[in-house]
Amino acid sequence: MKFRFQRKYLALPYLAFLLLFVVLPIILIVYYAFSDSTGRLSIWPLQNFFSDTDKLEVLVISLIFGFINTVLCLLIGYPVSMLLANKKYNKNIVLVMLFIMPMWINFVIRTWATRDLLAWMNLSGGKYPELATIIGLVYNYLPFAIMPLYTTMLKMDKSQIEAASDLGANPVQVFFKVIIPMTKPGVLSATTMVFMPTISSYVIADILGEGKVTLFGKYIELYYKSDWNNGSFLALIMLVLIGVTSLVSRKFTREDNTQVRSSIW
Amino acid sequence: MVKKHRGLAQIIIGRAFILFVLLLMYAPIIVLMIFSFTESTNVGTWEGFSLQLYVDLFKNKEIMQALFNTLMVALTSGVVATILGTLGAIGTFYMSRKGKKIMEGMTQIPIINAEVVIAISLAVLIVAVGAKFNFLTLLLGHVVLTVAFVYLSVKPKLMQMDPSIYEAALDLGATPSHAMRRVIFPEILPGIISGFMLSVTLSLDDYIITAFLRDNSFETISTYVQGVIAKSSIPPALRALTTVIFLIALLVLFVNNWKQKQEEKMKVFHTKGKVTNQ
Repeated sequence: MKFRFQRKYLALPYLAFLLLFVVLPIILIVYYAFSDSTGRLSIWPLQNFFSDTDKLEVLVISLIFGFINTVLCLLIGYPVSMLLANKKYNKNIVLVMLFIMPMWINFVIRTWATRDLLAWMNLSGGKYPELATIIGLVYNYLPFAIMPLYTTMLKMDKSQIEAASDLGANPVQVFFKVIIPMTKPGVLSATTMVFMPTISSYVIADILGEGKVTLFGKYIELYYKSDWNNGSFLALIMLVLIGVTSLVSRKFTREDNTQVRSSIW
Repeated sequence: MVKKHRGLAQIIIGRAFILFVLLLMYAPIIVLMIFSFTESTNVGTWEGFSLQLYVDLFKNKEIMQALFNTLMVALTSGVVATILGTLGAIGTFYMSRKGKKIMEGMTQIPIINAEVVIAISLAVLIVAVGAKFNFLTLLLGHVVLTVAFVYLSVKPKLMQMDPSIYEAALDLGATPSHAMRRVIFPEILPGIISGFMLSVTLSLDDYIITAFLRDNSFETISTYVQGVIAKSSIPPALRALTTVIFLIALLVLFVNNWKQKQEEKMKVFHTKGKVTNQ
């Protein structure tokens, strides 16, 4: 039989790569999460997780940090995006890009710069580990909140806002009854882009909390070093959390979060 | 009159707010940059203007090596990810509905997945097959991190493309590979370039995957900085490095913006040309 070239065959290397280095490693994680140190199938890591209050505590603390960070990023990012998307206040795309540019400066250096500044201001993580961590988290994730919010607000139908105020709604009503509902997809993508990454974050709490704040991402790493099975189970918990949140957010937003991240270029 | 004044005040307050948030965001970097022009060991004490830190920076072999390593990983992984991701996007574009769905689903995994989980799962795989951590495993990690982003940058360009041009090229006697290179490739080139740029920036910024998958003697900027600071305080020469990186980023931003404006001008010019020709 003669091989006939079809264009879809071009995707074969990509397919093989994803199967080998994305899907297979996840299968391995699931396998280790449900086996004991001798390699036999077991629910020992699972029992371990739910009976260990330390692990649950770290997870709960991470969820709280994730929640606070998301709320702060939305509270700051929402008005900023609204102003940036409004021609009255801003006509310059460079200003928008400036909000994303911190991402181009090495993330570890940026976080250490924040630590230096906080130390100078006497707010160092040694004294206030939680506060310093939160500040660092907001610094790092604010651009991820602003981008999706900004893009939804650019596409927002402005005539509806005008119609609402023409029909007698006051600015507060317009904001809560028209603008907020219209920008819901942006709020949702911003939430997914901040919440989950915060929980799995690793370096920020390490550097700014000066070892006094441990988020789930760091915890996975600590376990992975000493004990694969329990470490894998923690990684699996993370995977499940990510999977659930992304499914929920996809239900509400048709648009892809990732397009936002790639729109930088 | 009063209304006009209120409008103006609103605009000023709005703009001031934007600038205020920007200033806050850049405060740590600005402080670091200011203190890159003095020799003091700590941020906060000014010991007179000096460019010594910049001299130190370029003389520091470790930093220069780490910088070189970082760029090398970013560029090599960028090239590999761009080739894989572009071919993947083209191939998937011509698949059946079902095939497309499977490919899209798999592409989403590394994008939504946490970096720690990507790093650990790959490390587990590498240890499980008995391989050693070296430059190739590091490269592999970076390609896993970035390849899906290339795919997603190329895909919209394929969707915007006129589907009949490939067939037209074949009808006019081009071989499939010729048509691919001369017809499809130029159409999706902007997507390929932005995919490559995105891949490079993601790789430059990475710490976690690098930390897990490198050979321990191989330092990138992220691991080097994390390593030295964990032992002592931030080396003053790194302040100079931050300034240099910041200025390069700023330059890229403005050049990019200028180029886009030029392109828009060209587009306007072309459409005007077409109208008058008709």
